[in-house]
Amino acid sequence: MHELPFPWLELCVLIPSVGALWVKFTRDPDIARSRSLAASGLALACAVAAWQTFSRMSTFEARGWWGPLVIDELSAPKLPLAALIYFLTNMATLRTKVREFSFARSLGSEAILLATFACKAPWAVAALLAAGTVPPYLELRKGRKPTRVYLLHMSLFVALLGFGQWLLMANHGPAGRATLAVAVLTAAVLIRGGVVPLHCWMTDLFEHATFGTALLFVTPMVGAYGVTRLVLPIASPEVLWAISLASLVTAVYAAGMALVQREARRFFCYLFLSHSSLVLVGLETATPIGLTGALSVWLSVALSLTGFGLTMRCVECRTGRISLSAFHGLFQHVPMLAALFLITGLGSIGFPGTAGFVGLELLVEGAIQAFPLVGALVVIVAAMNGLAVMHAYFRIFTGRPHAASVDLSVRPAEKASVLVLSALIVGVGLYPQPGVASRYHAATGLAGARPRDGRRQLHGEGRAGGRAESGIGRGVHRLLGGGLGEIVAAEGDGELRGQRREVSRMPRRRGEVDILRGD
Amino acid sequence: MNVDLLFTVLGACVVGAPTLLLAVLGLTALLARPLSERAISRWTASCVIVGLAATVAILAAMLKTGARSVPLTLGDWVAIPQEHFHFHLKLVFDRLSVPFAILTFVLTGAVSAFAGRYMHREPGYGRFFLSFSVFLLGMTVASLAGTIETLFMGWELVGLASALLVAFFHERAAPVLNAQRVWSVYRLSDAAFLLAAVALHHATGAGDFAGLMGTGPWPQGHAALSPGQALGVGLLLLVAAAGKSALLPFSGWLPRAMEGPTPSSAVFYGAFSVHLGAFLLLRVSPILELSLWLCAAVVVLGLASAAFASVAGRIQTDIKGALAFASLTQVGIITAEIGLGLRYIPLIHIIGHACLRTLQLLRAPSLLRDYRMLENAVGGHLNAAGAASREWFPDGLRRLYRVGFDRGQLDEAIDRFVVRPFGDIFRWCDRMERNWTDFLSGAASRESDRIAAVAAVEEEV
Repeated sequence: MHELPFPWLELCVLIPSVGALWVKFTRDPDIARSRSLAASGLALACAVAAWQTFSRMSTFEARGWWGPLVIDELSAPKLPLAALIYFLTNMATLRTKVREFSFARSLGSEAILLATFACKAPWAVAALLAAGTVPPYLELRKGRKPTRVYLLHMSLFVALLGFGQWLLMANHGPAGRATLAVAVLTAAVLIRGGVVPLHCWMTDLFEHATFGTALLFVTPMVGAYGVTRLVLPIASPEVLWAISLASLVTAVYAAGMALVQREARRFFCYLFLSHSSLVLVGLETATPIGLTGALSVWLSVALSLTGFGLTMRCVECRTGRISLSAFHGLFQHVPMLAALFLITGLGSIGFPGTAGFVGLELLVEGAIQAFPLVGALVVIVAAMNGLAVMHAYFRIFTGRPHAASVDLSVRPAEKASVLVLSALIVGVGLYPQPGVASRYHAATGLAGARPRDGRRQLHGEGRAGGRAESGIGRGVHRLLGGGLGEIVAAEGDGELRGQRREVSRMPRRRGEVDILRGD
Repeated sequence: MNVDLLFTVLGACVVGAPTLLLAVLGLTALLARPLSERAISRWTASCVIVGLAATVAILAAMLKTGARSVPLTLGDWVAIPQEHFHFHLKLVFDRLSVPFAILTFVLTGAVSAFAGRYMHREPGYGRFFLSFSVFLLGMTVASLAGTIETLFMGWELVGLASALLVAFFHERAAPVLNAQRVWSVYRLSDAAFLLAAVALHHATGAGDFAGLMGTGPWPQGHAALSPGQALGVGLLLLVAAAGKSALLPFSGWLPRAMEGPTPSSAVFYGAFSVHLGAFLLLRVSPILELSLWLCAAVVVLGLASAAFASVAGRIQTDIKGALAFASLTQVGIITAEIGLGLRYIPLIHIIGHACLRTLQLLRAPSLLRDYRMLENAVGGHLNAAGAASREWFPDGLRRLYRVGFDRGQLDEAIDRFVVRPFGDIFRWCDRMERNWTDFLSGAASRESDRIAAVAAVEEEV
């Protein structure tokens, strides 16, 4: 394996760690804020440098100077994205919030997150995923907020993670133990990802923690990272089917819940949950197109929902917790925030011209290849999320203007944070090719990392035309019973997809044949 | 300069002008450097004139060279060559798109000139023209789209602009609530369109209209689908068109959309947005020809919408509402014409109707003044139009007017059978979640339950 010429990965982790200690012993909150900005800014610079250095190396992966740290096609853009999220969140924290929001803890969790993304070894990823649950708990305790819901769910997550890893590492026995290990790990990462019905910790976190902490804990989508590192390389098609089904149900459920929420944080939480679940659905499609779409949507959702969340946080600084039951009429006071709210919100739903558009198209394409109903549900979820975004926009920014005694206009730090994200959302949206090409490389790597057994299982049931059927498609067949399942498959394959068998026989048409051949 | 290069340059100008307008108005607004009213008007006028001139020049060049269809590929926006996945940006200038594009520039130019005066000193002047520029770009892209994905992009931009302009007077709740309804229908329409686009792409391996409809220029062409595929995809496209053009059962949003400023009502619901569904059906007309059932569905939907709108329009008490339903009547007839296999007649019908309705909507605010001028000139009251025809209706048929009183109660039906059950289910889930987290916490777990509907604005320390 190649090695990075400079210890960028180590610096990414070290700088926020040292910064956390440095800020912890700073008494003045304003100075603490400045120092944390410096530390997270430096971490961002190192992360970008790591990414750019890796891109020039033309290799699939490279290790850092210290053993477990590795950068590859999957994690390369995630490092600077995570660092950027932390930097901009710190920057957008107004003076009214510096006493509530702990910059030291934020830097500590940034160090853990960057280390997570810079690791590939399952044991290291698992340990860091577990460690990452601690900072929000400490904040809840310090603020004397209820911790039980969060603690119960994260304890279960950590316990399952540890047990699953132990089973895997001790797996010299029968194959059943390996299956159990995979199932346990899957359950663990799905809890972390907020899959229904074990998602209540997420809404509870948004209820009780500061908005910034909750945002930083969820938007990097560490649960999805856990799935790709811990589960995808070893999961059987049945496990992938379970992940896909659970994620699809979560996406639809969360989209519906977002529409009926009466408070902005809970609305945001459900909106995020819906989008992050779509990423998992795409990851399961097992086609390069679907995987590319999922990885693209992963980045675009992280960008746009961070921007969306930051904009909402900026509004909260002015109005307190935002009720969606009435109109707030803030447009006159903060028109720029309204515009940025709209851009970031539309970016999250894949509006044309934004970062999510092409990713969503690819994800839908991949999902429809796998099973048409999945693709249709993905489209419906995106439509519902679009409704929710505009509903929130209208509630927050329209209505009779409030008479305010102070200037509520957006501050330069807030403006800069959200503008940067908006520029990225629109910029990547207008010029998506480099991002898509990079995600395609990562997707082929992910598909290649799956075991040949899994691919033989996908192939081995003798389906005509060599169509790669996703776990969920096979699962539906099993649910409906073999005969009826065949009829459903035949009808599903019939009119609308009748030409796909023709298409799929063409060499390298959709990539399905590549996977089946193990190319 | 060879002809191909000329077409490329002119085509780039046609799309580039609205893009530039959106970029200028958007960036200046985002960077808090708003332009003056005069500057905005001039920018809008200039970009419209450039776009119109370029389109007319393309038309002249096509007539001179005898070309009936000029495809213009702007390149691959996204390509994954290994998977043969390409997202082309392609424009096509043919007998459908060129008239539509010219109509777009002419009417938007006229309306923007009107709006420059009508919206003078309106606080949202800049916001109006920003949304207007989004619409112009969307409409241009949709008219000239050479691939179904490009058409979808324009389609979505038009929908966003429409919703934002319906909510233009956002200090009042009614326009905002109506805008939300409009947006809801548009999202459903977009979902149907996207599904149809992906299904088409998947069935034929192409999103390019030339590939989908065969190489003949519009309206000739033969879709590369089986009748069953055409029925499935066509029904999705019909749902998309119905949502956009306010056909049944989505007609409820059209009169609500009249909450927006008169210039936007004119250009959206008199001229373009309401015809976009019909335009889509014209563009994919080779697909309609493959399935008799699909054609029948189009005809039935069109005629039913026309009949309903005709009845509802007669009992409206405000001019814009009446014009909305009059517009819908014509759109229904146009849709039926398309279903019957006509192609040029609906196109001519769209152009004529768009011009007439735009004029009527622009004159709507001064309707009462116009009537008084006429009465002063005539020297007495004007005869009520249609009074004689009302006496010709037997009693039984007059009850049909009740259908129009609540606009067919379509919105109420949607609320009752779709929205309310949906909301009830998820609110029940929300209650269950609250009970669950309360149980786990051992206490009331939601701070958000204690939030007032409208909180006092806090001052920053």
